[in-house]
Amino acid sequence: MDSRLLTSAVTLRVNGTVHRLTLDNRSTLLDTLREDLDLTGAKKGCDHGQCGSCTVLVDGRRVNCCLLLTVACDGSEITTVEGLSDGWSLHPVQEAFLARDAFQCGYCTPGQVCSAVGALREMAEGRPSAVTVGTEPPSGAAEIRERMSGNLCRCAAYPNIVRAVGDAAERAAEWWERTP
Amino acid sequence: MTGTTFGAVPWGPPLGEPVPRLDGRAKVTGSARYAADHTPAGCAHAWPVPAPVAKGTVTAVHRAAAMAEPGALSVLAHDDAPRLGDADDRTLAVLQSPRIAHRGQVVALAVAETLPAARAMAAAVRIECAPVPPDLELTPEHPRLVTPEGAESAQGDFPAAFHGAQVRIDAVYSIPPLHNHPMEPHAATAQWLGGRLVVFDSSQGSNAVRDALAALFELEPDQVSVVSEHVGGGFGAKGTPRPHVVLAAMAAMAVNRPVKLALPRGLLPALTGYRASTLQRVRLGADTEGRVRAIAHEVDTYTSPLSPDWRERATQPTRSLYAAPHRLTRERVAPLDVPSPSWMRAPGECSGMFAVESAMDELAVACAMDPIELRARNEPDVDPHTGRPFSSRHLVECLRAGADRFGWADRDPAPAMRRQGRLLIGSGVAASTYPAEVIPSSARAHANPGGGFLVEINATDIGTGARTVLAQIAASTLGIGVDELEIDIGRTDLPRAPLAGGSCGTASWGWAVHKACGELSRRIDEHQGAVPAGGLTVTVDTTEDLATDDQYTRRSFGAQFAEVAVDVDTGEARVRRLLGVFAAGRILNPRTARSQLLGGMIMGLSMALTETSTLDLAFGDHPERDLASYHVASCADVREIDVHWLAEEDSRLNPMGSKGIGELGIVGTAAAVTNAIHHATGVRVRDLPAQPDALLEAMIAQGRI
Ligand code: FES
Ligand code: FES
Repeated sequence: MDSRLLTSAVTLRVNGTVHRLTLDNRSTLLDTLREDLDLTGAKKGCDHGQCGSCTVLVDGRRVNCCLLLTVACDGSEITTVEGLSDGWSLHPVQEAFLARDAFQCGYCTPGQVCSAVGALREMAEGRPSAVTVGTEPPSGAAEIRERMSGNLCRCAAYPNIVRAVGDAAERAAEWWERTP
Repeated sequence: MTGTTFGAVPWGPPLGEPVPRLDGRAKVTGSARYAADHTPAGCAHAWPVPAPVAKGTVTAVHRAAAMAEPGALSVLAHDDAPRLGDADDRTLAVLQSPRIAHRGQVVALAVAETLPAARAMAAAVRIECAPVPPDLELTPEHPRLVTPEGAESAQGDFPAAFHGAQVRIDAVYSIPPLHNHPMEPHAATAQWLGGRLVVFDSSQGSNAVRDALAALFELEPDQVSVVSEHVGGGFGAKGTPRPHVVLAAMAAMAVNRPVKLALPRGLLPALTGYRASTLQRVRLGADTEGRVRAIAHEVDTYTSPLSPDWRERATQPTRSLYAAPHRLTRERVAPLDVPSPSWMRAPGECSGMFAVESAMDELAVACAMDPIELRARNEPDVDPHTGRPFSSRHLVECLRAGADRFGWADRDPAPAMRRQGRLLIGSGVAASTYPAEVIPSSARAHANPGGGFLVEINATDIGTGARTVLAQIAASTLGIGVDELEIDIGRTDLPRAPLAGGSCGTASWGWAVHKACGELSRRIDEHQGAVPAGGLTVTVDTTEDLATDDQYTRRSFGAQFAEVAVDVDTGEARVRRLLGVFAAGRILNPRTARSQLLGGMIMGLSMALTETSTLDLAFGDHPERDLASYHVASCADVREIDVHWLAEEDSRLNPMGSKGIGELGIVGTAAAVTNAIHHATGVRVRDLPAQPDALLEAMIAQGRI
């Protein structure tokens, strides 16, 4: 690469595979995943942190990875939609999305699925949202709607998404326990 | 369109069954590849540079800083870009002239080895221009407002009938510019392989893209392949070829390697069309029993110099909607120096029905009538505009069925009477309608000697479920299960088919698929049921099936009901319940149909309450260009929402007896919501959207709170 180009060496663990990359410092994690690792499940809807299409899990937390510089992720454990299923069996959230027809064009779907996996974990951990009342562990449709509102769907599959996430809640908790 | 009557086809399963989407697994696992998900070896990246002024001429393109960027390959502009042939659509003549027709028009294209480099280059290109004062403001007095041919209609003597009416409504409604914003921004990956051009494009109709690229690059159509296997929504914005695909092909030619171009979200409003704003005057003259005698709908809107023939045809639904002997419709359009407006979900119909269905609600209040009874009283026997019968029309049945489900019977019509704490509660209703059309299509069906079938058609699945529904049509025609056939769509190498748009995709493609599979069945029968060694293939075209007379008006109808709660302290309106009941012929897949209708209704809810854009008079473009400033409904905006449909038999449509449903769901929703706001608060919302500041001010001004 050109000497004027500022690059960094970065190590990422993506869906269980270790990648050692030398990257343009300006690369976002979304572009690295999509353009360098050909993991195109995560989508670019806005590149501005406004739509959630690019949601992936970084060290177990959901993030809009279009807003994350890859150099800041050195050493991180990243799970994309491709890493949620083992090729045969689907993640409970993916199964629920299929069962509830929780998408149309499917463009927002990888982000919705990853976001739902993260949101369910946050709920299971008892982390409150803006609509949480009292100290009971948050659950139910209102909580799901609130927590999933960072993921826009212009096809507006929202009613089915809320049902799918609700259906998946219990089984998703088991999935987390199985996953290191 | 045809006057043919289709016999009661013994359609059996899997047609009409809730078959899960065939591409569902690919979509939930992220393996479905959209246009920007293809990265051919050696792929470069392009980033557009938008015009910084609304009108003028580019006088210099300063490239040095951009070309100093490591990985820079090229900066294309009008002075060095490949020359293009002629395409009818002037928005596609990219980088051919120094003239700037609107702000945001692409004036240069940066191409680089990597995405960060292309983006940095685009920022470093300096465009010098000689600006000219643009003409940007639409007013009813605009000197260049004209009524194009066919944009007006008149029956009876409207002025006299309106003047003499016992009850008169005369109101002006407005809708701001609205943006489609499919979640997938327009993208194309282009490569030249020998003399061939191969493009992955996010398009609702790749045949039109191929034709345009062939004309622009002076190739034979079969030298161009366009693939649109998965498309992340479009809502009209991908209905015609857009500049990005031409730019990608041009850049690939210039740098002699594959090029990927994904439009930044912020350029979509300027480059991919939008719903132009409309000023709409509706006048209704009725007797005190609510019989409408005179109806007039007049619309002012605008287009751009690049799309001189475009207009938002907002009076079209009014022509066929309600009976009245004295009628007038007129659309006027002014060419402004703005980005080109284009199709957005239910173009014309969605805009016009907001105004007309609001005016009908105003008339119901003025006549102290129930709004459902008012509509039933004005139900026409035939299409009042053409005098032709409707092939089927069940609007009143939808209204009544919806009233039962919604619990309309107990409704007290008095406005601003129901208060729960800080909230004022109200309910409203409006009608929906959309034309049911069909376009010629071809298709191919193939039987393998060893069993199994392949159906091929260049249909596009933009999220509608087309892939699945076409497989159902084929399977039902062949008398097999969906899993016994393969369906291949989304490529121009397949038999030519029209776009996914105008709610006519499934009807048009389905007709061709049904015809191909029917003929294939007959061919198999000729072989006594044994498919010969080479297999059997049938290719069909429906052009002649469609090319007969047109004796009917074909439209889908529906009724939408909304319950809203308006906060008296903040002015915020929220939709608590939304119900749609539709009559759209035979529903081919209730699972995907429900999703599609729900999606339309939610987009309508969004139009009613949150979506708004501005044509900025200083800059000539829309400041609300991104998803933070342009608010599309999010998950938390949608609460209880339900969809139903009537079993509608119509043998005058197409062999499936289906009407399109992609657009119907958004038509009328906004009026149902704003009518409910009136019922809740007493405030009539005539200017969309119903935002808290305006609503609060109006409630205070009218002494409602
Ligand atoms: S692409 Fe990251 S939030 Fe939209
Ligand atoms: S499924 Fe199309 S945007 Fe969500």
